[in-house]
Amino acid sequence: MFDTDTFLQGFPLLLHSATATIGVSLAGLFIGFFIAVAVCCARLSGRRWARMLGGAYVFFFRGVPMLVQLLLVYYLLPFIDINVPPIVAAISTAALCTASYIAEILRGGFLSIPPGQIEAARMLGLSSFDTLRRIQVPMAFRMTLPSLVNEMVLLTKASSLISVVGVAELTRTAQNIAASTYRPLEAYLAAALIYFVICGLLALFAHRVEHRMQRG
Amino acid sequence: MQQFDPTVITHNLPQIASGFGITLGTWVAGVAIGVAVGFLISIVQLVGPRWLRAILRAYIELLRGTPFLLQLFLLYYGGPSLGITLGPLTAGTLGLGIYASAYFAEIFRTGFRSIPPGHVEAAACLGLTRWQTIVRIQVPQMLVLIAPALTNMVIVLSKETAVLSIVTVPELTFVLTAIGSATFAFVETLLALSVCYLVLVELASRAGMWAESRVARFLA
Repeated sequence: MFDTDTFLQGFPLLLHSATATIGVSLAGLFIGFFIAVAVCCARLSGRRWARMLGGAYVFFFRGVPMLVQLLLVYYLLPFIDINVPPIVAAISTAALCTASYIAEILRGGFLSIPPGQIEAARMLGLSSFDTLRRIQVPMAFRMTLPSLVNEMVLLTKASSLISVVGVAELTRTAQNIAASTYRPLEAYLAAALIYFVICGLLALFAHRVEHRMQRG
Repeated sequence: MQQFDPTVITHNLPQIASGFGITLGTWVAGVAIGVAVGFLISIVQLVGPRWLRAILRAYIELLRGTPFLLQLFLLYYGGPSLGITLGPLTAGTLGLGIYASAYFAEIFRTGFRSIPPGHVEAAACLGLTRWQTIVRIQVPQMLVLIAPALTNMVIVLSKETAVLSIVTVPELTFVLTAIGSATFAFVETLLALSVCYLVLVELASRAGMWAESRVARFLA
């Protein structure tokens, strides 16, 4: 039957490993955001080859399951003599995968910036890179913030997959506890509860951001 | 470095085909369970008593707030503690269906909510019963409104089937990574795996766009 002791005793370890889950997701989101800006610019560029390249990126990373992407990074990079430790493979996969989704989110944000803003920036003598960095990205960021937080929720849940390459995050730690105590139900329930709280807090944050934006 | 050797794929074609079949099967079954259960939940949320609606709300939030992998672990490894012992394939398909049901229920609910309340009031004024209103007014409109969200979720689920490989369901990812580990031909197998999913997702999204365009004519 349900063993409350195992359930409760797992929490210190699980909470500790939850920092790895949050860390990987945050790092993935942060790096992914910059990849996404590049991909998004390519997709909105005037050059045909850049549009195709950006399109191919989104097509690939949205068309292949994240688990497969993780295996690709983890097993294929050593073949070209790049040995990546599991944590690096995990963060890169998270970043590459989430970038394809953020690029699509940002595209909507970029397209909804009034063209006058960009023209004004160019008139004031900002280079196109400065316009991107100081005008377009901050505006698109603010407009798409709720969707970006939502992406963070999705990424936090998807980060459970990196347990497969042996990163000691929440799911992996739950597996270890389940293996050592022979109590999988309690261990996984405790981990699920922590995921639920993390995602709930993030959803609450997204909700508040959305409210503040509606107020203007 | 090893030479690129496509025979690893061609020699194991029957196995790969069977894995692809299981991927397709679990996907279709997961979608079917998810849509059916999700639809039921959304109807109960429309007409059910308050306490039942609260329970269903908790069901949806719990499933949407936890990773699919962990839900599978709970069902497959945690199930026996509660006397539920399932094989990998059954646990995987059922898990996918339960996971999907929460998302589908949420899609159906938003669909019901975006129907103008005037339509329901008009139906009541015309003397339709609550059930008639649901069956003849609300459900048909809801199905048209949710078409894009529905096809999107179906496509997302096709990729989620890859997670079933972790609980040893012999689907595409499981078969091809097993071949990769046995032959050390990681490049060939992982490339083939990516191509299979790209084709599957591309075909599914084409079919989804076609279905959406068919449904869109009711929107005018």
